[in-house]
Amino acid sequence: MNPSVAALRTTFGSAIGRALDVRGDTIVYVQRERLPEVMRWLRDAPGHEYHYLVDVTAVEYRDRERQLEVVYFLRALHRQADLRVKVELDPAGDLTVDSIVSLWAGADWLEREVYDMFGITFRGHPDLRRILMWETYNEGYPLRKDFPLRGRFSRSEQVRQALNISPEANYSMEELSIADASDDLPADMRERLRKGERGRVQESE
Amino acid sequence: MKRVLETTEVQGQSPNYLVARFEQLVDWAVNSSRANSLWPMPFGTACCAIEFMATAASRYDFARFGMERQAFSPRQADVLICAGRLPFKLAPVIRRIYDQMPQPKWVISMGACASSGGIFDNYAMVQGIDTIVPVDVYVPGCPPRPEGLLYGILLLHKKIKGESLFDAERRRDEQPLDAHGLRMPPEQIDEISEPFGNSVHQFRSS
Repeated sequence: MNPSVAALRTTFGSAIGRALDVRGDTIVYVQRERLPEVMRWLRDAPGHEYHYLVDVTAVEYRDRERQLEVVYFLRALHRQADLRVKVELDPAGDLTVDSIVSLWAGADWLEREVYDMFGITFRGHPDLRRILMWETYNEGYPLRKDFPLRGRFSRSEQVRQALNISPEANYSMEELSIADASDDLPADMRERLRKGERGRVQESE
Repeated sequence: MKRVLETTEVQGQSPNYLVARFEQLVDWAVNSSRANSLWPMPFGTACCAIEFMATAASRYDFARFGMERQAFSPRQADVLICAGRLPFKLAPVIRRIYDQMPQPKWVISMGACASSGGIFDNYAMVQGIDTIVPVDVYVPGCPPRPEGLLYGILLLHKKIKGESLFDAERRRDEQPLDAHGLRMPPEQIDEISEPFGNSVHQFRSS
């Protein structure tokens, strides 16, 4: 069992649900409401420091009694330790989780993919759109168990709708425009670019 | 009068005879030029594209058949080779590429997925690119070996050499049936997208 689980329990108490040890990997269930602070703690707490968010995904089980789960894979690269954090949601209820994009910027597209495939809404996500299917796709969420394999519409209807996709609409202006990224550059580099200077390699003595 | 007619038939000197010979000559010249300098527009989306690259590489080398220059712009392409599965999200893309190609143009559907959806009988995949663009040659295989693609290209050569410049119908631009851009009646698309092969026992669940 990963020692982080015991530390989580002492810090967050009842917000931490059951923990499993599956073939050497540790899975810990977290209460939905406390997820952002638990994740922040896991990222920042000394001795834990899971700096790398490997993946965000979701699982819906065939067993209707089981809850739908959102799964977060964390890794502490320097300690070579892994931790899997799960949040349970009621498939019939409110499918909303707090976004962790503010903690790991890499969660942006991962959460979009979960939203696209499972219809789980991430509260606070800066740009929650479909990512694999197109913007106007309206057959539902393909990886849910109630979604028929061949889709809900007839093939001709699918072809008709597909031909009316605008491929350009799959990108946001931010993705298309490099100029918008200039705000993210370091101040000195932005200043240099503004004056039209080229970067120089330091000459060795 | 009767005698004159008999003479023309025997000696083959109908007034159309020279015109027909001329048309044949022009067709031969034009079609040979077209068939032997096809510029392919590769539209590789999956593992078939790897076999396509193998066909282009030195061992199989389709430059031997006049496909030396691959046109990565549809404006300079003669034949669109769709190598790989086509998701619905790419359907408007391949349709636009096809529309951008100048006449005369041909399409080769390479592999099972491009031709029929293949094993991907699911919500995301076009069940045969012939529901999106007209196809001249289907190359079966999963993926086809380079020999298979070369055979398909030679079949296309054969088809091109049988065309006639004076057949206005043949090179007419294909128009969609309606404003939605479908090129086939909806019933036909549903019919050719029906389950087949291993999945005959599966039906649309809803």
